[in-house]
Amino acid sequence: MVTTPQNPSGPAISAEHLVRRFGQVTAVNDVSFRVEKGEIFGFLGPNGSGKTTVIKMLTGLLPLSSGSAYVEGLDVRVDSELVRERIGYMSQNYSLYHDLTVAENLQFYGRIYSLDAARLKRRIEEVVQLNGLAPYMNRLSAQLSGGWKQRLALGCAMLHEPKLLFLDEPTAGIDPVARRQLWDLLFELSGHGITFFVTTHYMDEAERCSHVAYIYYGKIIADGTPNTLRELPDVQPQGTIRVEITTPEVTRALRFARQVPGIRSATIFGQSIHALIDDHLDLQVLEEQLLKNGIAVAEIRPLAPSLEDVFVELTYKHQALLEASRA
Amino acid sequence: MPDLFRGFGAVFYKEVLHVRRDAGTLFFSLTMPLLQLFLLGFGIDTNIRQINTVVYNADGRRESRELLDRLKNSDTFHIIRYVENDHDLNDMIIAGKTRVGIKIPVDYSDRLIHNMSAQVLVLIDGSDSSVAGQAINVTNAIGLDESLRRVLEDRAAFAVDMRPKLLFNPDSRSANFFLPGLTAIMLLNVTTFLTAFSIVREKERGTLEQLFVTPVRPFGLLLGKLLPYLGIGFFELSLILFFMRFVFLVPIHGSVLLLFILSMPYLFAALSLGILISSKAKSQAEAMQLAFLPILPSVFFSGYIFPRETMPALFYPISYLIPATYFINITRGIILRGAGIKHLWTDGLALFIIGTLLLVIAARRFRNKVIMA
Repeated sequence: MVTTPQNPSGPAISAEHLVRRFGQVTAVNDVSFRVEKGEIFGFLGPNGSGKTTVIKMLTGLLPLSSGSAYVEGLDVRVDSELVRERIGYMSQNYSLYHDLTVAENLQFYGRIYSLDAARLKRRIEEVVQLNGLAPYMNRLSAQLSGGWKQRLALGCAMLHEPKLLFLDEPTAGIDPVARRQLWDLLFELSGHGITFFVTTHYMDEAERCSHVAYIYYGKIIADGTPNTLRELPDVQPQGTIRVEITTPEVTRALRFARQVPGIRSATIFGQSIHALIDDHLDLQVLEEQLLKNGIAVAEIRPLAPSLEDVFVELTYKHQALLEASRA
Repeated sequence: MPDLFRGFGAVFYKEVLHVRRDAGTLFFSLTMPLLQLFLLGFGIDTNIRQINTVVYNADGRRESRELLDRLKNSDTFHIIRYVENDHDLNDMIIAGKTRVGIKIPVDYSDRLIHNMSAQVLVLIDGSDSSVAGQAINVTNAIGLDESLRRVLEDRAAFAVDMRPKLLFNPDSRSANFFLPGLTAIMLLNVTTFLTAFSIVREKERGTLEQLFVTPVRPFGLLLGKLLPYLGIGFFELSLILFFMRFVFLVPIHGSVLLLFILSMPYLFAALSLGILISSKAKSQAEAMQLAFLPILPSVFFSGYIFPRETMPALFYPISYLIPATYFINITRGIILRGAGIKHLWTDGLALFIIGTLLLVIAARRFRNKVIMA
């Protein structure tokens, strides 16, 4: 068996042309991406788009139909055993044993990774300190709140000092404070060179990632830093600008805006409308038109596209391509 | 610990913690079999005695009363009522108040005195076949006996004298027959349930998914999870044997050690069945329903209650697929007949083969439906 030599400066993950078929269905279709060491990689996509399948392939649970993947320099097709020793994984339901105490959960996961007694003791102390679990050590994990469960699960996943952590929807269903604290912790750990592979549905979390990819029906349709994605020509076509129209009457304004020639698309965001408009359309004129129709306008200003805008545009475009290829 | 079993120690210790924390389940699973043991041990007697009987004695003379005394003394019939016409006789049976109706015709004594054949009508409710069978046998025997006595008159002995002797269970005690069989059913129950539950619980919680992405090897995981339940199975067996021997006074004629050794392939088959169930069930409720499935065939097709010999030809082969069939033969063999390894090794082997097959199927299902799904 040939083990790929470790390259300390190589990427944490490199996936090339990953394909996974289940019978007739192609769940993952020619997916390629690279995650550099120390990145927080946000992996986004709707449910059923293939996120979990990709994670299973990268962790060696699911054989690749074709393509190749290297995790921490190891070929997952050959060395899945070694891969699993070097990564940490935290699933969205935190995978804790509710009838065991916090300490017992930590000990169990430590022993699973064959940490010897001295190292286990040291690592538990470190993890407990980092996650602030000290007051809860003898409590059953069933009695912890969502945020603390998540900290415990993260603690369990990093006991064996992995350099790469997979977090599958780590913040689903926990309160905003706990979410914020988790992200602060991720940034701190990433500063120490730990790589994170995070799936999430929250766009604000995606904005915080140093690198995001968006998977849609088994294909990656966006891959880059949040800023490079915002500047993609598909998102911001030549000759258009994106504006935010703030108005107390968003629904009426939306109905009106969709009839104005030159406004290509419009969506409500709270008390405002985000619209993609032709750049020859004069904002002053637009405001007057709205006022003339009895719609009060507080402000119209140019706006950089959010990641949500990016994914919406790319999804539309991808759907159009799919339909065109079917026709 | 070799690498193949990596994670065994950690999983085993954790599983023991689960069992200790969930004392309720443990208590329940250990006491349920004992409860059944008491119900079956005290409550069921398959020897049919004192069948409710109605009599219409149209003759009423000495010969007819002698016949009725003989029927009463057989311990099989319990005459609860005398009626005066055919209609009442029928009615009592239809109403379910009696199972047997005996009509002695008006000329019974006359015909006997004149050395003619006398007829006695015996109506039997056939809805319970074992009661009916017993009633037929005993009335036939009494009729034959009565006839022979009249034919032979002064001769003391019959030409052929059959002397049946019951081996192994001379008093025909039902407990002796049922309790060794119950051992097999209970052991299957408890171990299959507990195993299926312990795995499905991890599926529900998502901890199983988590364990798959750790370096735990499948053998380490399985062995660590199953061994505690194997231990519980052995404890259960000891408990049942203890009560069987010292409370229900069922004598154990063979080697208890052999019984424990041969229970290993049986427990292995039961645990594998538990794993198979857990590969299918998505929730503990579903596991509960699925775990009930193997119980019915184990009760009805294994020879536990009904003899396998009387099964229709279509079903007979099924009994060979049921682990309980072999283990009931083992428990009855060792406990009642004092059988040794030379009589029972084939049953042990069969259990081992069934267990291995189940484990292979379960492992494949697990890989395809759980890990790679």
